Amino acid sequence: MAMGAEVEAIQTRNSEVRKSSGRFGGPTTTAGRQEERLGWMLLTPTVLVVVLVAIYPLLETFRLSFTNYRATRPDAWRYIGFENYRDLFADDVFLRSLRNTFVFTISSVGLETILGMVIALTIHSNFKGRGLVRTSMLVPWAIPTVVSSLLWVWMFHDGYGVINGVLVRAGFDRFQNFNWVGDPTTALGAVVAVDVWKTTPFMALLLLAGLQVIPEDVYEASRVDGASKWQQFWQITLPLLRPALLVALIFRTMASFRVFDMIFVMKQYATDTMSVSIFAFREMMVKQRYGFGSAAAVVIFLCIGLMVIGYTRLIRVEEG
Amino acid sequence: MAVSTTEANREFLQVSEEELQRFRSIPVRGEQARRSMGQILGRTWFWILILFILLYTLFPFYWAVVSSFKSSNELVKTPPTFWPTEPTLENYRNVFTDGGFMRALLNSTIVSTSVVIVSLVVGTLTAYAMARLNFRGRRFFMYLILSMTMFPGIAIIGSLFQIMKRFNAFDTLWGLIVVYLTFALPFTVWVLSNFFRAMPPDLEEAARVDGATQMQALRQVLIPLAIPGMVTTGLLAFIEAWSEFLYARTFTISEKAKTVQIAIADFTGNTQFEVPFGTRMAAAVVVTVPLLVGVLLVQRRIVSGMTAGAVKG
Repeated sequence: MAMGAEVEAIQTRNSEVRKSSGRFGGPTTTAGRQEERLGWMLLTPTVLVVVLVAIYPLLETFRLSFTNYRATRPDAWRYIGFENYRDLFADDVFLRSLRNTFVFTISSVGLETILGMVIALTIHSNFKGRGLVRTSMLVPWAIPTVVSSLLWVWMFHDGYGVINGVLVRAGFDRFQNFNWVGDPTTALGAVVAVDVWKTTPFMALLLLAGLQVIPEDVYEASRVDGASKWQQFWQITLPLLRPALLVALIFRTMASFRVFDMIFVMKQYATDTMSVSIFAFREMMVKQRYGFGSAAAVVIFLCIGLMVIGYTRLIRVEEG
Repeated sequence: MAVSTTEANREFLQVSEEELQRFRSIPVRGEQARRSMGQILGRTWFWILILFILLYTLFPFYWAVVSSFKSSNELVKTPPTFWPTEPTLENYRNVFTDGGFMRALLNSTIVSTSVVIVSLVVGTLTAYAMARLNFRGRRFFMYLILSMTMFPGIAIIGSLFQIMKRFNAFDTLWGLIVVYLTFALPFTVWVLSNFFRAMPPDLEEAARVDGATQMQALRQVLIPLAIPGMVTTGLLAFIEAWSEFLYARTFTISEKAKTVQIAIADFTGNTQFEVPFGTRMAAAVVVTVPLLVGVLLVQRRIVSGMTAGAVKG
């Protein structure tokens, strides 16, 4: 989702939180009861939206995943237990999509972290035009995912793309008409490249924020002790950056794991790059196999759910 | 990089104070030349890296803009030209005369604006309750809201599709608006409640002492202070709604409800036989520019918000 959430999440961990009075029971005073009523009143619209449009459909997806429901014959369905899940893990295309998703997630989050770190360390010094560089990093982040995909499809174009154009001009003639997005050996890499381009700046800005709060005297002290730049990075920068890094990593992992639009726009239903989300989407919305597709959707939900639990543990909402 | 070179130089200078004196007494041209050479080298690498970062982040969009001004003949030139030799508005004319695309632009504007307005109005009230009122279950809802900001849409589209058909919400703008609230509203509540919590409670308490009710204190004290935060939050929610693809792909099918993301993904142009990359890039630019303008206007707040966020990380 948008980057504000991560930022605010980090803030909450530390912000002063008002102690709640009636922790083990209801409020006892009239004013307290009134406050409770007002609180619930203000909460109701949001809770209604969340419950009716997200939680209820989610439960419905769980239920569907235990049925053989198909939209093509809506009245002939029954509960079939875990059969969909068994079939799922025997389905080659699903297993392939699971593998693609893991490869996509690990390589893009890994590359984003390393590249983001290099960029953050570079910008983390005073120089003229620093503001400009930071602003430029908001550009890939603000461009809609569909647009980024189309943009890179055009740059990757086999005949007229600028990437092959530059490569050929630099003497790499074998890239003349090379189809980066179409060739099964490079397709997943091309998709990862687009994701890395879109999200590295965001990673760099988060890490930069973390870098800026490491006190300069820690470095000063280690310099006196004769630590090299390399040692300083591993023994000071990295450990002190850990909280910011961890939050950024979990957020990026969750977002990558459910990837849909970026790959869909570039490759549609091609098996060599299909993600689990695209697999689930096709089973449900194209093949109309709602039961089977829902099982795949549940798998994604559970994986991301685990990450969310880990994440909320990490930031401890409202320690009251 | 640059720092380490400077550092090495300083150490070099410190090591030999005596030598330095000697150097000072004699012409030091050689030494100075060497020092500045080292500095220049370090600086050079640093600026090359900066240049590379700028190129990496900005070139793809630059390329979209350049391509959008090229004629269809120039687009297929090899090697590609880095500046349109004969700039043309042809591609933009194609975009703005495409009825389907214009309708999609209107649809997206209606959907995103409505989502932002509803999220801000409802979200402010809920956020206030979360930040300032005591009631049972508050902690639980804080967790629920936070989890909702990371909710995977794929987990609900199948069943929601059936539900929306039943309520005639499929392929309608209002249906899409309601679905978009599932991410925009929790996001707004989460950000704004953190915003309210960070405000000193004294302000409100002073108003309460003067006899204001809680709602009056919210309206007259907190909201005016929160307006900059609300603008940023609203912009972020707008970007999310404007850029959303999965729900739009699932819950719309006809021109009357298709959003602009679907329209550009499906953009085939007027001719059937060539992929109209120029027109596609023009459409991409049209769809992106409003977001870029918004982000550039509040960029200081976005970046400083991130900085503030990690301060105590």
